[in-house]
Amino acid sequence: MESTAHAFKDNAHKALGDAQLQRALGHIKVGFVHKRADAAAKLPEFEALRDQARDIKNHTLAHLDLYLERYEEKLLAAGGQLHWCATAADARDAVLEICRAAGARTVTKGKSMIAEEIALNDHLEANGVTPVETDLGEYIIQMRHEPPSHIIAPAVHLSKEQVAADFRANHTQFPADRSLEEPRELVNEARQVLREKYLEADVGITGANFLIAETGTSVIVTNEGNGDLTQCLPKVHIVVTSIEKMVPTLEDVSTILRVLARSGTGQEISTYTTFSTGPKRPDDVDGPAQYHVVLLDNGRSSLIGSEFQEVLRCIRCGACMNHCPVYHAIGGHAYGWVYPGPIGSVLDPALIGVEEAGNLPNASTFCGRCEAVCPMRIPLPKMMRHWREREFERNLTPATVRNSLGLWAFLARRPALYQGATGLAARLLARMGRRAGRFRRLPLAAGWTDHRDFPAPQGATFQQQWRRSRGS
Amino acid sequence: MSSGREQVLGALRRALKRGGSDAVEVTEVDGRLSDHPRNLVPQRAQLPAAERLDLFEAQATSQAASLTRVAGPNQVPEAIADYLKSQNLPADLRLSPDPALEGLPWERAPLLSHTSGPARESDTVSVTRAIAGIAETGTLMLQSGAEGATTLNFLPETNVVVLSAEAVVSSYEDAWDLIRRQHGAGTMPRTVNFITGPSRTADIEQTIQLGAHGPRRLHIILVESGS
Repeated sequence: MESTAHAFKDNAHKALGDAQLQRALGHIKVGFVHKRADAAAKLPEFEALRDQARDIKNHTLAHLDLYLERYEEKLLAAGGQLHWCATAADARDAVLEICRAAGARTVTKGKSMIAEEIALNDHLEANGVTPVETDLGEYIIQMRHEPPSHIIAPAVHLSKEQVAADFRANHTQFPADRSLEEPRELVNEARQVLREKYLEADVGITGANFLIAETGTSVIVTNEGNGDLTQCLPKVHIVVTSIEKMVPTLEDVSTILRVLARSGTGQEISTYTTFSTGPKRPDDVDGPAQYHVVLLDNGRSSLIGSEFQEVLRCIRCGACMNHCPVYHAIGGHAYGWVYPGPIGSVLDPALIGVEEAGNLPNASTFCGRCEAVCPMRIPLPKMMRHWREREFERNLTPATVRNSLGLWAFLARRPALYQGATGLAARLLARMGRRAGRFRRLPLAAGWTDHRDFPAPQGATFQQQWRRSRGS
Repeated sequence: MSSGREQVLGALRRALKRGGSDAVEVTEVDGRLSDHPRNLVPQRAQLPAAERLDLFEAQATSQAASLTRVAGPNQVPEAIADYLKSQNLPADLRLSPDPALEGLPWERAPLLSHTSGPARESDTVSVTRAIAGIAETGTLMLQSGAEGATTLNFLPETNVVVLSAEAVVSSYEDAWDLIRRQHGAGTMPRTVNFITGPSRTADIEQTIQLGAHGPRRLHIILVESGS
């Protein structure tokens, strides 16, 4: 998708003023947060499992070349085909080529963030192949020509009234006066429409939550069953995925599964966890005749060995955005690219460049909730700080910020001067603000005073007060 | 060797600073894959057989599956007939082509009719056999093959799953050991399904709705004795 991450400030302003969006975001603050807390509390080993999940991925990333080779061996032995893709363009082309070879006109798609990352739908459509999203949320946003606003709940920004209006406009085969007030009625209508699509599709495309080296297996985790219908009915199954989804063994994937759903939706396990290995076997009664894995790098390998390596542990559960006060305030679209929320603030600059996405790591109060709930214990705030450093090093920060930081650094390295200057400023501000006790406006501080008053200092700095109280 | 493979693996090797010999790493990786050591397995389901069954039932039903216990395989057809009647559902069944299902005494439920094979668009009730039940989360494990049709787990509106009590294990790890015993180490059937309750979605205003695309109902027949 086309990034608007550079326009983050404008995007965020619009989101804050969007009353409908603000109502929809209200659901996230309560729903996901309580469900995760309950699920975690019900499993005494939850924290220990998070440690182990982290260690499994650290080990895998440190040996990723070797595990990918073992995975490839097993996948090929099972009759699957592996397409290594260094870039998003390579991956798009690989998928299109498979579709063309299969003579595909319609493809059904399970939910895949990698497909979003490589902008697969646009590419297929431009080349005469019609992609049909089958995850209910993805189906709705495809109808609206919108990107997902959340990595596991793509239509979380919409109300049921908006969905009903879209269904009325698009599903003209049904009576115009039908009732679409209840979520149940909307789900049933989508079910009815999509059933035909599963059966007529020539190719089914899914993502993968994990790849297992021990067996050459790809894994999808879903609740609706759409991913399974997508992959078990057509004659060709394509998995679009990326290199960091690797885990060594079935035992390792079991451990990570125990923290995935609990962290994301607050379920103990998702309804369907499906392990696919190669195409249909000679004796099998059903299943796809071809199984392709399109394996994307797209800059991930360059994160290994960098200060951002740990972001590759991410299992895309969504817990960080579910708990983020910034995401709660502006939703997912304002971030402007594929991955929103705290994980996006770290991952997007890595994948599309800090020049484009440098605003995102700045949109954080560093409250630390994302790291506290991340099942893989990814230090997201620390990595956002690293992006801020990179942005500064590359002269991408605005001049006023750079100059102020430069001045502050100059003073901070000279304690006597610093104390003199801050003491003077505190006394000056205290005198100027004596009457009101606060400032409505301050030079150079409009970013603060536009939205709230600045309290006037009491007269002495912390250090002065500290010295006084200790001296007494 | 394609160029994409060289590019991706080459970039990874450079990033990981692989030198001339990585024999130590290779040994470690191959050892982990062949030994597949267990990580921490939660205590929850480490229970004697009877309590394990109870936990399985409690977990499965908490996820909106329904469950009937029967004393032996001969009671399965009647149990299915009773369930379908109680739900006002059609009596035409599509079975997985599994001798353990096809060989049940269907004559004991004369109102039921059945065919077997992969799912067709018109099938409304499927009957499949789980190779394991996992007590930890009330999860069923099914596999594809000559006797297992994966499409039956997803296309019909109602899915009835027959599960032998002896096949109810504690954990996912126990279930993988069953797969390894049946297929050999490092080998999997085309599809292994973990299924916990019927299909659902919360994509509209975070309200949970059952029957999104897969089955609206998941009914488990737990067969307590093999005789």
